[in-house]
Amino acid sequence: MPDSILVIVEQREGKLNRVSWETLTAGQALAAETGWTLEAAVAGSGVTNFANEIAGKKVARVYAIESPKLEPYTPDAFAVALKQFIASNQPRLVLMPHTYQVRDFVPKLATAMARTAISDCIGYKKDGDKLLFTRQMFQGKLAADVSFTCDAPWFVTFQNGAFRGDKVEAGSGAAPVETVKVEIADGIIRNKPQEVFKEAKQAVDLTQAEIIVSVGRGIKEQKNIELAKQLAEALGGELAASRPICDSGWLPMDRQIGSSGQTVAPKLYLALGISGAIQHIVGMKGARTIIAINKDSEAPIFEIADFAVVGNLFDIVPPLIEEVKKAKAGA
Amino acid sequence: MKILVCMKQVPQKDAPLKLNESGTWIREDVSYEVNEPDAFALEEALRQKEKHSGEVVVITAGPARAQQVLREALAKGADRAIHLEDNAFVGLDAANTARAFAAAIKEEKFDLIFTGLQSDDYGFAQTGVVLAELLGWPHATIIMQIEKTDAGIRVKRELEAGYFQFVDMPLPALLTIQSGINRLRYATLIGIKQAKSKPLRKVALAEVQSAIGANMQKIERLYIPQKTKNTEFLEGSPAEVAKKLVEKLRNEVHVL
Repeated sequence: MPDSILVIVEQREGKLNRVSWETLTAGQALAAETGWTLEAAVAGSGVTNFANEIAGKKVARVYAIESPKLEPYTPDAFAVALKQFIASNQPRLVLMPHTYQVRDFVPKLATAMARTAISDCIGYKKDGDKLLFTRQMFQGKLAADVSFTCDAPWFVTFQNGAFRGDKVEAGSGAAPVETVKVEIADGIIRNKPQEVFKEAKQAVDLTQAEIIVSVGRGIKEQKNIELAKQLAEALGGELAASRPICDSGWLPMDRQIGSSGQTVAPKLYLALGISGAIQHIVGMKGARTIIAINKDSEAPIFEIADFAVVGNLFDIVPPLIEEVKKAKAGA
Repeated sequence: MKILVCMKQVPQKDAPLKLNESGTWIREDVSYEVNEPDAFALEEALRQKEKHSGEVVVITAGPARAQQVLREALAKGADRAIHLEDNAFVGLDAANTARAFAAAIKEEKFDLIFTGLQSDDYGFAQTGVVLAELLGWPHATIIMQIEKTDAGIRVKRELEAGYFQFVDMPLPALLTIQSGINRLRYATLIGIKQAKSKPLRKVALAEVQSAIGANMQKIERLYIPQKTKNTEFLEGSPAEVAKKLVEKLRNEVHVL
């Protein structure tokens, strides 16, 4: 069998997760680089329509992995179904988006096949014959090129935003779609998931804000939030925060930016005392302009900032508020 | 309920990191602290014990310095600790770390195992789930709430973009805990004093060696990420920096 790359796309609640297109773009790039065949798969119950959607892209074949027991999602059913499929399909490389669902079942699947997953990658490199996968470490302060030292199949998950979903290449015609029925024995599924729900409606929709002033751990104490609030007011913007601030209850959860909060793309994102952990950056890297103030010159937030100030926010923010007020009054 | 909490010592959040000579790991002369999600996992275990009685055991793998994490956990109320003590544990991949833990607890009978949802150093987000699979246990990840039920437990999973889901599961089970599930307690002076007399079992590498295989993934190179943006650093006194920022906001960002 020739070497192949299998992209497993994600569907949830009747919708294809858009991050799937990014993983497919990654798969196409890797296929072009290695010469390996690119195939795709989607698992669930009644997923042929998703398979057909994927088949319009440049892939050799699409598999609809079907079982009524795959709906609703459980890690037990997904691991068993995908293990069966991968064991017979024998891809060399298995690519998936690093979503909460994939994080939930991939380590189990890889372990069940006595393999490993290189998780949360942001890119890949080809070094001679060796494939290296780049991932962030130490909260984004460092990056690592990681290789597999075991036999295939190799599992890789890619971070949201690592590849451009809109760059996925269309195919010259529809790729063949094959339905694969998997057997999931009774008693395999131990978890009983309930309906997915959203907590009380979000009071603040930060996605619509043009200007966001966001605070992180560097704000030190709850009472200092007031300073950031004054700056946000002076600029006519919204106040937001990184996860630890909301975890501490210093600001409500609906003001949280990042993978578990809101994803924003304002005209201006002013980050005060935010180090820039990956989970935060995925929620705000689409901002048109990013200004970061942080005392740690190595903070990863500076990697993506347009304007950076290395210094104590408590020294800089008060005169900044005054200058903004002056500028507004003069305008 | 008998609960095991897997904990890890990681470099402090704002510790400046330097690469070692071979560029494959950091220089270890930095300050360390407990991996933050693991602190929430411990707190949750202590709260469950307070509600349902039982025992909280903490486990870590790492060199002698990692014992600090266990001492702090004992001071906060954990009953006993297990330390897989060897420098070699630092370099293990997620699969091997889980195998080492599984080997170290094979004589124990836990109802629940908690881990943080991921570590601040490697950030694999895998060790907990791998451990569940090795033990043949069900698992659930990124947990924000745990209630005991007649048949087992009901947990609240965090999904993306503000969504959640309750999941009913049998015991024993492994849960990876999200930061912010609870409010952390501080160790009391009396707790710190009592911690000194609580049992701490040391496990040598040799005792779990047979369970560990070769790492299945390898860091070929560790480096400072290349900048993707042309960042302009603004310097000067706070007053000067404030003026410069306002000028940028007006002339380049066009928000003033």
